[in-house]
Amino acid sequence: MNTPASWTELKAALDGLGYVASDDLSMALHLAITLGKPLLLEGAAGVGKTQIAKTLSELFATKLIRLQCYEGLDASSAIYEWNYQRQLLAIRAASESGEAGNVEERIFSETYLMARPLLDAIRQETPPVLLIDEVDRADEEFEAYLLEILAEFQISIPELGTITARSRPHVILTSNGTRDLSDALRRRCLYAYVEYPDRKTELAILHKRQPGLAARLAEQIVGVVQALRKEELEKTPGVAEMLDWAAALSGLGINDLTDDPEAIQASLVCLLKTQADRAAIPLEVQERLVGKAA
Amino acid sequence: MAVSRFAERSTIEGRMAGFMAHLRLNGIPAGLGETETALRAMQAIEPLDPDELRLALSSICATDADRKHRFDDLFRAYWLSDRRVRHESRPTGRDRQNRRAVRTSNIRAQESAAGSSGTPDAPDDGRDGEADTGGKGRMVAARIETLRKTDLRHLVTPGDIAAAERVALQLARAIRDRRSRRRKAARRGAQLDLRRIARHSVAHGGEPIELFRRRRPDRPVRLSVILDVSGSMMVYARVFLAFVRGLVGADLNTEAYLLHTRLIRVTGAMREGETLKSVGRLSLMSAGIGGGTKIGENLKTFCSQYARHGVNSRSVVIILSDGYDTGDPALVGEALARLRKRGCRILWLNPLKGWAGYEPVARGMAAAMPHLDLFASANTLDGLAALEPELARL
Repeated sequence: MNTPASWTELKAALDGLGYVASDDLSMALHLAITLGKPLLLEGAAGVGKTQIAKTLSELFATKLIRLQCYEGLDASSAIYEWNYQRQLLAIRAASESGEAGNVEERIFSETYLMARPLLDAIRQETPPVLLIDEVDRADEEFEAYLLEILAEFQISIPELGTITARSRPHVILTSNGTRDLSDALRRRCLYAYVEYPDRKTELAILHKRQPGLAARLAEQIVGVVQALRKEELEKTPGVAEMLDWAAALSGLGINDLTDDPEAIQASLVCLLKTQADRAAIPLEVQERLVGKAA
Repeated sequence: MAVSRFAERSTIEGRMAGFMAHLRLNGIPAGLGETETALRAMQAIEPLDPDELRLALSSICATDADRKHRFDDLFRAYWLSDRRVRHESRPTGRDRQNRRAVRTSNIRAQESAAGSSGTPDAPDDGRDGEADTGGKGRMVAARIETLRKTDLRHLVTPGDIAAAERVALQLARAIRDRRSRRRKAARRGAQLDLRRIARHSVAHGGEPIELFRRRRPDRPVRLSVILDVSGSMMVYARVFLAFVRGLVGADLNTEAYLLHTRLIRVTGAMREGETLKSVGRLSLMSAGIGGGTKIGENLKTFCSQYARHGVNSRSVVIILSDGYDTGDPALVGEALARLRKRGCRILWLNPLKGWAGYEPVARGMAAAMPHLDLFASANTLDGLAALEPELARL
């Protein structure tokens, strides 16, 4: 599919693929695509930050390359690594067959190079979507690598020379805000803050993902989840959890939340992910929330 | 509605540059790069629609959640003000202080402030231009600041220093001993460095004769120590100053701050090789020692100025204070939560905790409790020394 010409078109296109984006997000995404800048998304866990990258790759019918960050992530697992085992074998084979002449040149060629996500992304013919997930979990050294790559879209490998991007990938970075990112990184990116969706948007999302759900049940589900987000919880349920819960309820064959409080209480495992949160929402509270939403 | 000083510019480039200046004045860093991006972005949108322009500029300039919240008002003030021009801009004291600290080096800003305390108005250093002519600075707002220069020579004797520094050195070691999760080439190590082995084996026809290894290098923890030297802490100042000096002396990356009605960075003075010289420099900076405390406000200053550069996930922040706060105690909790977000660990050493039956009821202390990694007593040197195993565990 071609690049949408304006942000409203982009929003509509995403909508068609089942992703309901806010104005803020659509505009940031549109600019990121047209200006070729990376987009930094922040927001609580489970508001659909990762999903937007998936949807975007679907929209452009292109590859999604994902780099999951973690503490201690380094160049050899994010950019490239030589395939040492094959190199050693090749050296042995060459010396046994007596053609040792150009072996060094051969083993430091692209055949022996293992591309990790970042190198992979800049070597694609069609611009892929590069998702750098939870960049706040990686440490600051890695942020520095990223800065270089995001600014130049090229990677230098000492043995091979510089590899320049064949096409500019659409870069999306996500962060949960566990650590402040450096201002240098922020300034190279466009920024959008993804909030929990409001009632109407969340209903639209649920409708897109579970079209078969009865309208009344959908409203109850969204109502309860929205109310739960206002409670004092350790881990607030996100959109993903809400969809899980909806799927679970339809799997259980429940048509109305007020029918079977015990079963509903048991199904709350989809929404409440810690012991303390389970304890914070006992049966009575659950019934009250459902009663309000119904 | 707030209006802007830059509305008189007329070309679109000029207006955009003016908008960036308007943002900078209000604490959102935006420069040439942002102006250029914004001008390019205007070709991709319908620039005459204010809503579209607002969304676009917000994604370019407001690069974190806090800035995002403030952006809409700033945008309205600049673009939708019917070109009303305001000639005098009165930024808040907070912004002023931040900008001042950015312009001069932090220590100098603090020192010059220390020198001028007690004068009825903020010193106008002539470089701030019209933005700085009105209003009282935050630094002089502290009414309870004591003007007396406390002579620290009477507080610290060489014998105390020796004992306290020994304890501090031990503690600093216990905290600093951390190993990285990355691996680096090393003569002896747990893992083989295949990259180097493969490269060097070329010379031996593919026989990996020379083995290279990698190990996890030491990754020292950075310490920041904030010492409360308000009136209520005076009886402990003697031992704690020596203690802080020991911590600073143990490692070149350690930073030290004194906190009373202001926050003063004293790393340089603490690092002075000669004890007496160090004490002399400290007493020059010590205007205000023994007065009131504004823990929350000062911790906020720490977050916004010093922590940006010095505190990361490999840092430990030690606060030595009794938690009696003459400012707003809610600020303490807020500031610590913000500090916590940088990924550092926070220790609070409270001398009062050593007392029998002590409960953290001081409001500042109570607000801080949920954000602390370790809350420990520290009324004697022995008490400090006993912390070592706990710190090593953190």
